[in-house]
Amino acid sequence: MNFTLKVWRQNGPGDRGRFETYEATNISEEMSFLEVLDVVNEDLIRKGTEPVQFEHDCREGICGSCGMMINGQAHGPQRGTATCQLHMRKFKDGETIVVEPWRSASFPVIRDLVVNRSAFDRIIEAGGFITVNTGTAVEANTLPVPKAVADAAMDAAQCIGCGACVAACPNGAAQLFTSAKLAHLNLLPQGQAERWTRTEAMVETMEEYFGTCTNHGECETACPKNISIDFIAYMNRDYMKSKTANRKLGGQGLN
Amino acid sequence: MATLDAHIPEGPVAEKWESHRFNMRLVNPANKRRFDVIVVGSGLAGASAAATMAELGYNVKVFTFHDSPRRAHSIAAQGGINAAKNYQNDGDSVHRLFYDTVKGGDFRSREANVYRLAQVSVDIIDQCVAQGVPFAREYGGLLENRSFGGVQVSRTFYARGQTGQQLLLGAYQALMRQVGLGTVQLHPRTEMLDLVVVDGRAVGVVIRDLTTGEITSHSAHAVVLATGGYGNVYYLSTNAKKSNATAAWRAHRRGAMFANACYTQIHPTCIPASDEFQSKLTLMSESLRNDGRIWVPKDENDTRSAEQIPEDDRDYYLERQYPSFGNLVPRDVASRAAKRQVDTGRGVGPKKNGVYLDFADAIKRLGHDVIEERYGNLIEMYERITGEDPYKMPMRIYPATHYTMGGLWVDYNLMSNVPGLFVLGEANFSDHGANRLGASALMQGLADGYFILPYTIGDYLAGLLGQKAVGTDHPAFAEAQTGVQDQVKQFMGIGGTRSVDDFHRELGKIVWDRIGMERDRAGLEQALRDIPALKADFYRDLRILGDTTVNDSLEKAGRVADFFELAELMARDALHREESCGGHFRVEHQHEDGEAKRDDENFSYVGAWEWNGPDTPQTLHKEQLTFDNVHLATRSYR
Repeated sequence: MNFTLKVWRQNGPGDRGRFETYEATNISEEMSFLEVLDVVNEDLIRKGTEPVQFEHDCREGICGSCGMMINGQAHGPQRGTATCQLHMRKFKDGETIVVEPWRSASFPVIRDLVVNRSAFDRIIEAGGFITVNTGTAVEANTLPVPKAVADAAMDAAQCIGCGACVAACPNGAAQLFTSAKLAHLNLLPQGQAERWTRTEAMVETMEEYFGTCTNHGECETACPKNISIDFIAYMNRDYMKSKTANRKLGGQGLN
Repeated sequence: MATLDAHIPEGPVAEKWESHRFNMRLVNPANKRRFDVIVVGSGLAGASAAATMAELGYNVKVFTFHDSPRRAHSIAAQGGINAAKNYQNDGDSVHRLFYDTVKGGDFRSREANVYRLAQVSVDIIDQCVAQGVPFAREYGGLLENRSFGGVQVSRTFYARGQTGQQLLLGAYQALMRQVGLGTVQLHPRTEMLDLVVVDGRAVGVVIRDLTTGEITSHSAHAVVLATGGYGNVYYLSTNAKKSNATAAWRAHRRGAMFANACYTQIHPTCIPASDEFQSKLTLMSESLRNDGRIWVPKDENDTRSAEQIPEDDRDYYLERQYPSFGNLVPRDVASRAAKRQVDTGRGVGPKKNGVYLDFADAIKRLGHDVIEERYGNLIEMYERITGEDPYKMPMRIYPATHYTMGGLWVDYNLMSNVPGLFVLGEANFSDHGANRLGASALMQGLADGYFILPYTIGDYLAGLLGQKAVGTDHPAFAEAQTGVQDQVKQFMGIGGTRSVDDFHRELGKIVWDRIGMERDRAGLEQALRDIPALKADFYRDLRILGDTTVNDSLEKAGRVADFFELAELMARDALHREESCGGHFRVEHQHEDGEAKRDDENFSYVGAWEWNGPDTPQTLHKEQLTFDNVHLATRSYR
């Protein structure tokens, strides 16, 4: 197979950036999208052109490093699939493919397709945890967790933090990412003690960095882990409750 | 001349850790604030250690080359984590987990360390559950377990096929809590490129910022490396692309001994390579062997597709050769058997480089739905990668490098022979001997980080009470920084014709062919000629374009440079170890039936190598292993 790649090149956050066109020839349909970029880069190095910088690591869809807009779609055309797991058999021979970095002002471009997603870490830092110092835990089976609850928490906890939800959102909102972590922890009995403070802190930190959700649902479509926007509704409900629950007097005991 | 003392506490094995914890010195809470600790790496071991030390009150700095600690390769572990909880009431115990691990490691690990690992395994599960790790549950709400290769009890805790992810996120969240509290300073997108040693003690590191290219020095009272394994020396492996040995190797060059380099684990069930631009290999969990049957066509010229090959023309070679364990033989045995089929021309697939793993019988017996429930996510991943449907066609699998048991030598306190340098997780050599059992890597990473290092480092730091950390104005820091700068300049200045990946692929092929699943003297000697020759080409003909800021090729160049030296040590270690054990199989040392032939009389030791400079081979030091609690026996799975 042969492809024409239009790839976004940008030297740094201050650079205007531009598209460059590269040919990818003799591509096997067995190759992953990132392997095509590897081939293009090998070719560029041979020709003396600086290779395209892109983020990647595990290449099995779990680390969340990779991610790019492929023909305008976050992670490309295949549902529930990160860029590294996208294979060329999903494309037509001879196709022109447009490759851009995540589109969001909250994820400034570092170089080419590499962006800075550290705002996600700030949201987790604000409350995306259960406070339990090492060594203070009780025997694990003293706390039964209904299977349905554990399964729902796991559905939310699968988030790989890639940022596709933000990149796909016309508002650059991070509701899906934030709600996935909140739902994971707020659903579990272990997470109840900090439920309301966690919710308020994470949502408000999110709002410092990201846009506002207007229910387009693009995030769910782009998510490589198929995380449901139901969790956003759950987060919104908890956030409203947190506003009374976190009052110093009177709010305590609400759930 | 360096000496090796494992500092194993006195007393019966079951009481060593307890009495050691009492005998170690403590640092009082007010004094903990006065100690700085550097942690390199943010996987299970690094994140858990950093979070725990910060909770205790130490000042912690964490360096990771990822953009976020959550990306560390621990995240990709699929199967689960072992713990001796005996929740299934099936006869498990600390002693049995200890025994299984020593035996699985083919009697090449340290008894005292493994016993302690089994002891703290139960605390890990408690800690992770309290953090909110969503482990699989029974309908009654209690924790569920499954079984894994090489053992007869169900002691593996799991979170679907993403156990590593959930455990890492637990540790990452604990770490980020401390970052928010200001007790941990986090430095993402930074790479450690040298260890600084003053008066024989580790006192700091030199770091390159991967965004700006800036090279800086950082000092501390102790340095903790939790930087993972070196499987990527093979180029193709199940490791993440950026996993590398550089931090550990640079510490080795500063005096830390590197142990058992030849013990590498080749995992039997991975998706075979499809073309020369294959960038990595994908693991299919060991659990598939519970229901899949492995076979090849009897006739090497059979061109029929799998479903058209009748029963009589198939060779279920594992069931034939190992009637009692069948498809569930340990990883090393299954891998070698697959290699032999492919080597004799009976491989399957377009490149004849795999064997079939067939679910047809299991689907017939249990139904499509049961198989989907058990393995759905793996089957889906396989289909995404190969475009083939395992419900209709057998999977094609082949072994791939997965884990490295070797690593920096550490004593019982997880401290290397360089005082002040601690090494955790896959980066050290300590607990898995010559072969690691499934679901034990996560256990070891978290044991080291949550429950062992935070105690043992206190004992070391207590001895430094009242002393300031050596300042970064010490000439040793300037010297190390200059060395790093010079290397960057050197790579940028070669101006050759070949890319880093091109060299890495070629190196990987040598290592795979000569120091892979089977090794022999001639091949290893050949490797010791081929590797230096290729290394010389590398320094003559490497091409790095661009500048020294964001530059993937420049990052890789340093790592591949270290892989060259490490590959030589692997060959030397494999050459000197005239026996077969676990992942190290010397063709010259096998029983008549082709099974590994261990030599306990002469090789029951840890081989730790001391750096002698770039042009002189390392010196071997031996730490003798003694087995007082398990009976040395030949593993048999027939």
